[in-house]
Amino acid sequence: MLSSFLKQPIGQERLLSSLFTTKRFYGGLNDNNRIFTNLYGDFDSSVTGAMKRGDWQQTKNIISKGKEWIISEIKKSGIRGRGGAGFPTGLKWSFMPKNDPRPSYLVINADEGEPGTCKDRQILLNDPQKLVEGCLLAGYALGAKSSYVYVRGEFKKEIESLQNAIDQAYEHNLIGKNACGSGYDFDIHVHPGAGAYVCGEETALIESLEGSTGKPRIKPPFPPQFGLWGCPTNVNNVETISSCPTILRRGSSWYNSFGRKNNHGTKIFSISGHVNNPCVVEEEMSVPLKTLIEKHAGGVRGGWDNLLAVIPGGSSCPVLPKNICDNVLMDYDDLEKNNSSFGTGAIIVMDKSTDIVKSIARLSKFYAHESCGQCTPCREGTIWVKSLMDKIVEGKGTKKDLKLLESLITAVKGNTICALGDAAVLPIEGLLRHFRKEVELRLID
Amino acid sequence: MLSLCQNKIKQSVSTKLSCRLFTSLFEMEKLPFDFTQDNYEKVDNILSKYPSEQKRSAIIPLLHLAQDQEGYVPESAMMKIASIVACPVSKVFETFTFYTMFRPKPVGDHVIEICTNLSCTLRGADQILNAIQDKLGIRIGETTKDNKFTLLEVECQGACATAPVVVIDGNYYEDVEVKSINSILRDFARDVVPKSGTQSKRNGPEPIGGKTTLKTEPWAQKIREDL
Repeated sequence: MLSSFLKQPIGQERLLSSLFTTKRFYGGLNDNNRIFTNLYGDFDSSVTGAMKRGDWQQTKNIISKGKEWIISEIKKSGIRGRGGAGFPTGLKWSFMPKNDPRPSYLVINADEGEPGTCKDRQILLNDPQKLVEGCLLAGYALGAKSSYVYVRGEFKKEIESLQNAIDQAYEHNLIGKNACGSGYDFDIHVHPGAGAYVCGEETALIESLEGSTGKPRIKPPFPPQFGLWGCPTNVNNVETISSCPTILRRGSSWYNSFGRKNNHGTKIFSISGHVNNPCVVEEEMSVPLKTLIEKHAGGVRGGWDNLLAVIPGGSSCPVLPKNICDNVLMDYDDLEKNNSSFGTGAIIVMDKSTDIVKSIARLSKFYAHESCGQCTPCREGTIWVKSLMDKIVEGKGTKKDLKLLESLITAVKGNTICALGDAAVLPIEGLLRHFRKEVELRLID
Repeated sequence: MLSLCQNKIKQSVSTKLSCRLFTSLFEMEKLPFDFTQDNYEKVDNILSKYPSEQKRSAIIPLLHLAQDQEGYVPESAMMKIASIVACPVSKVFETFTFYTMFRPKPVGDHVIEICTNLSCTLRGADQILNAIQDKLGIRIGETTKDNKFTLLEVECQGACATAPVVVIDGNYYEDVEVKSINSILRDFARDVVPKSGTQSKRNGPEPIGGKTTLKTEPWAQKIREDL
């Protein structure tokens, strides 16, 4: 029994008690199970360094397994989109039409703009070969002729780093004509954004890539049916695509062994705010929020009992109060069960010194600034939410204003062309669900 | 009539960038523009990335190139870009006005952009902003009298784990404190570009108290047997 225990490939820390209980502990990922092995840039990020850490091994053999095999493996791994929506990646890839005469494209979403999120930046700076190889393998599986990586315009250093990585990959014949000697031709291009959070939405990103304003399209049709230049397109997050080569190389069952059912794999978490050691760290999915903060971010400033609230997945996710943070797991299902969402895994920690109403009001200002203005509920709704929140923060809000704010949540949610409208009102929903008293104390009547 | 309209518009201007842009459009000087010879090589490189019938995709990269060359995007640059990508000027104009990075007017020698979104505010961005305003004697949206610095407020810059973040001339300065921002501004005032990145003892967003992962370089792992 002991020998079979020692042969287990999965990466959690196995406490002696786990031999005798069926309880699974999440959150003890070992370095030999981490995908992003140069997350902090301590090691050589060139092709040579990346190859030493395992990138570009057996890429030709993976391609020779065929498109169906690659898509099936990604489906079996259980990986869900790491850009915020959490849609199963393998399923999304299978939406690409078969036998379509139009050229297909793979578009990578590196428009990292969700407040709290700073993970894709680390991949672009320090582990870009994972993205380049991922583009080739995903592009091949999708039948794409080329890939465009849309990087937010502010990321000048990251764009330079990625372009260097792509140039090195071309020089080593890893991409381009007859990529890796596979017989498949594949090109990768970098395209900059110019400062618009809404361009993180896939159809807005496609519009921006076409040279237009970043105004989202109505879906359906979805990008696999009508995407970039009217052609079948699959838009995926940097972290999702960068994880694929390792998944294909080590096996879908290896990736599937982490995290709970329907929430598999590893994730790069960004931890910011009132913690002792704000950081970016790759950990197992379904890790308890408290474990993640205490193990990697040095704990909450002033101790765990000084915690007020946490936004668990980026600014679009409803805030969670301390009593929920005590036990919640960082995965899609548990956060949804607690009326929040996993988003990008960007954890913003607020301690008891925080003015929670002012903090959420700051997010309202963000959404009002970033609304593209195309549809009325979002364009007008975000401005109204901001001005009502500002009024409440200044101590001039009334009960009537609060009622109007609540009605705005219903008026905007689900009634907009894209999810920015929902994202703008969800923080208010979380605030009123868990911190209503703090809001009411600010009212003048 | 036009000046009356301009004054009326200026009176009602809000802090929204789009409104500031709208008023500034009346004030844009019509200077002649052309890309430099070196930049025309970059123009060709940019155009080669897209299918030949999809030149409009080059609008945003070309706007960036024009702004890098001039410090802002003159109206004449937009007309040049429209002729390069063979589209109406209004199309380039429309794209230009949508994105916050593009500037319609000349700015100071150095542009300071401070993030005041939630993660940065929680880590003291307000104190950093006050320090910058006190040191330079300007508010957000203003330029110093000697035209050295323009101060702008921006939204999340995507470096939240190393907040507070101040971006100067496109360079990210992270883990900024009041004393480090004062030192950075002193360097820029002498037209010296200080080292960008984190201004603390860590190199990037690893935990400042010490790494909890990847302390040594991981080696290549075992590959599945059926490959």
